[in-house]
Amino acid sequence: MKRLLAVTLAAVSLTVGASEGLPPIQSVDIDVFDRDSVRRGAEFYVNYCQGCHSLKHIRYSRLAADYDISDEIMKSNFLLGERKMHETLQSAMKPEDSEKWFGAPAPDLSLAARARGADWIYSYLRGFYLDPSRPTGVNNLYLPNVAMPNVLGGLQGLQKPVISHEGGMEFVERLELAKPGSMTPDQFDEALTDLMNFLVYVSEPSMLQRLPLGKYVLGFMVLLTYLLYRVKKEYWKDVH
Amino acid sequence: MWSERASAFMAWVDERLPVTKFWNDHAAKYYAPKNFNFFYFFGSLALLVLINQLVTGIFLAMAYKPDATLAFDSVEMIMRDISWGWLLRYMHSTGASAFFIVIYLHMFRALLYGSYKKPRELIWLFGMVIFVLLMAEAFMGYLLPWGQMSYWGAQVIISLFGAIPVIGEDLALWIRGDYVVADATLNRFFALHVVAIPIMLLALVVFHLAALHTTGSNNPDGVEIKKLKGMDDIPLDGIPFHPYYTVKDLFGAGVFIILFVLVVFYLPEGGGFFLEGPNFEPADPLKTPEHIAPVWYFTPFYSILRAVPSKFGGVVAMGASIVVLFLLPWLDRCRVKSIRYRSPVYGILLGLFVLAFFGLGVLGTKPVSPLNTILARVFAMMYFGFFLLMPWYSAKEKTFPEPMRLGEAVVPLAKRRGRHWDIVRQGLAAIQNSAIFQSMILRVVVGFIVFFVLLDFLFYF
Repeated sequence: MKRLLAVTLAAVSLTVGASEGLPPIQSVDIDVFDRDSVRRGAEFYVNYCQGCHSLKHIRYSRLAADYDISDEIMKSNFLLGERKMHETLQSAMKPEDSEKWFGAPAPDLSLAARARGADWIYSYLRGFYLDPSRPTGVNNLYLPNVAMPNVLGGLQGLQKPVISHEGGMEFVERLELAKPGSMTPDQFDEALTDLMNFLVYVSEPSMLQRLPLGKYVLGFMVLLTYLLYRVKKEYWKDVH
Repeated sequence: MWSERASAFMAWVDERLPVTKFWNDHAAKYYAPKNFNFFYFFGSLALLVLINQLVTGIFLAMAYKPDATLAFDSVEMIMRDISWGWLLRYMHSTGASAFFIVIYLHMFRALLYGSYKKPRELIWLFGMVIFVLLMAEAFMGYLLPWGQMSYWGAQVIISLFGAIPVIGEDLALWIRGDYVVADATLNRFFALHVVAIPIMLLALVVFHLAALHTTGSNNPDGVEIKKLKGMDDIPLDGIPFHPYYTVKDLFGAGVFIILFVLVVFYLPEGGGFFLEGPNFEPADPLKTPEHIAPVWYFTPFYSILRAVPSKFGGVVAMGASIVVLFLLPWLDRCRVKSIRYRSPVYGILLGLFVLAFFGLGVLGTKPVSPLNTILARVFAMMYFGFFLLMPWYSAKEKTFPEPMRLGEAVVPLAKRRGRHWDIVRQGLAAIQNSAIFQSMILRVVVGFIVFFVLLDFLFYF
C-alpha cells in the first residue's frame, strides 16, 4: 500500500528530468509516515547537507512537532550553534562564499523533492563518479559537470565509470565501486531513502494532514451524495 | 402563526423588491425540458467551481504578496504557516483545472445538441466571451506563484504579441510594463486576476443566464418545448427548475465534489498537469527551463501555434482557432439541432474533431519533434476543417424526422439506442449471468472482500 504514495510521486517525477542521453533514473519507495526513517533522514541532512544547503521553508519547531522529536534531541542533534527552535533550517554558508568556492550558490532544497522528484535526487546522489578533468575530481551521471563535490563519497565509496563505445561516441554504461566507503551499498541506499523521506516531507509538510484527512471528507461526501441521490429519486418519481 | 408572519414579511419585501417574482422567473416557475442528460450537469457545475474559485481566492489573497521578491515565498507560507492554507491553495489550483474540464464538457454538449443555434446565438456568444475571459484569468493566475514555469510561460505567451507587425513589440512592452516579465507584470496581473476579470466574468455569467432564461433551455432532442403548451400556458414537456433540477444538480455536485476531493487530497499535482514540477523552483530570469509547456488546458491552442512555421502565422492561427468558435452559430446551417436526428456525417466529423482536440492537447505538452509537428498539422487541419467545411456539409445533411414531444425523462436502459448502450447492456447481462451473481453466498463474500479492500485502501494513511 506504500505504493500508492510512491505512484503519486513517481507520476510527478516522470514529468521532470528525463533529458535525452542520460541514463534512466532509479525509483525510491517513499513513506513520510515512517517516523523513524524521516528522523534519521533529518539527522543525516543536518550532518551532511545543511553545511551548504538551506531549507528556508521548514522550521525546527515544525519538524519537532510533526515527528515527536524531544527538546533534548533537538538541542543535541539539530540546533547547532546558537540556532533557535522557531528558526528555519538555514545553512551557515553564505551564498557569496558558495559562489566563490564552488562557482554557484548552493540551492535551497525545501522544494527540491517537488521540483525534481525524490527519484531524481536519489539517483543523482548515487550518480557521482571519478572524473579527473573536473575541478572537484568527480562528475555526475544525471547532472553533468555539476559544481557540487561528492560530499557523500566517504560513505558511499568512490565510483568509477565503465565506458562503452558505440558509433564513435563514448558514454558511461554504468558505475562501479572503485574504493569502498564506510557504508555498504545497501546501508548507503537505506540512508539515502531516509534522506529522501525527509526531503519529501520538507517539500510538503501538510502531506501529514492532507493524506489522513482525505478519507473522512471522502466518506462524508459519499454519504451525502447517496442521500442526495435518494432525494432526487423521490422528487422525480412522478416525472414521466 | 410563523408562516403567516413569514408571508406577511415576504409581501412587505415584494412590494419593495421583486424577490418572489425573481425566484419564480428563474427557479420555481422556470420550465426546463424534462429530458436533460449527463451533459446538462456542467452548467451548474461551472457555477459551483466559479464560486469555489472566488471564495478560496479571497482567502488566498489575504496572505499572498504580489511582489517579485516575496511572491514565491508567500505561496509557500500559505502552504505551511497559514491554517488550512494548503487546502485553500489546492482547492484553488485544482479548481482552475476543474473549471476547464467542466467548461470543455459544457461546450461539447452545445456541439452535441446544437445549443448554439437559433434562437440561442447570444447565449453561445456570451459563453464564448466567458471562455476567453476564463483563459485570461487562468493565464494571469498562473503567473502569481512566480515559479519557473509561471515566469517562462508568461514570457513566451506575452512575447507572442511581439509577432504582430508594426505595433507588436510596443504592445508586448505595454502588457508587461517592462522589457521582460518582472515585478510590474506580476503586480498588474494580480490586479487583473483578482479584480478586473472576476467582475467581468460575473457580469457575463449574468448575461449568459439571462439570455438562457429568455429563450429557455435546449435539450438532448433539440426540440423547442415552448411550441407545445398546455391550457395553463406551461410547456407540456417542461418541469419547473426548482425543485426538479435543483435536486438533480445537487446530486451532480455531490459526484463532482467526490472526484474533486480525490484530487485535492490525494493527487493535488494532478500528475504534474495541475501543478507542474518546475513551478516549485522560484522564477529565475537568467535560467530558461529545458522545456516550457503551458498548463494542460491551453495545450490544444498552443499546439496550433507551434504547427505553423512562422511565428506571426502561428499567432494568427491560434487566434483563429478561438475566433472560429464564435462564428459557430452561423457556420452551422443544418436546421436540426440534436445529433440524434442529424446525419451520421455530423457524428463522424464531431468525433474526428474531438480526436483532433485531444491530439493537439497531448502534443502541446511534448517537446517539438518532426513527427509531432506533422501530427500537430494534421490535427490542426482537422480542427479547422470541422468548422470551415461546416457551411457545406451541414447544409446538405440528410436528417431524420424530429419528434414532436420529448421522450421519457429518464430513458430505461433497455430502450436506449447506440452501440455504447449495447456494450453496457451486454456487460450487465454478463455480470447477472455469472456464477458470483447467481449465488447468494458468493455475492456476500465478494461484497465483504471489496468492502474491506476499500477500507484498507482508505485507511492506509
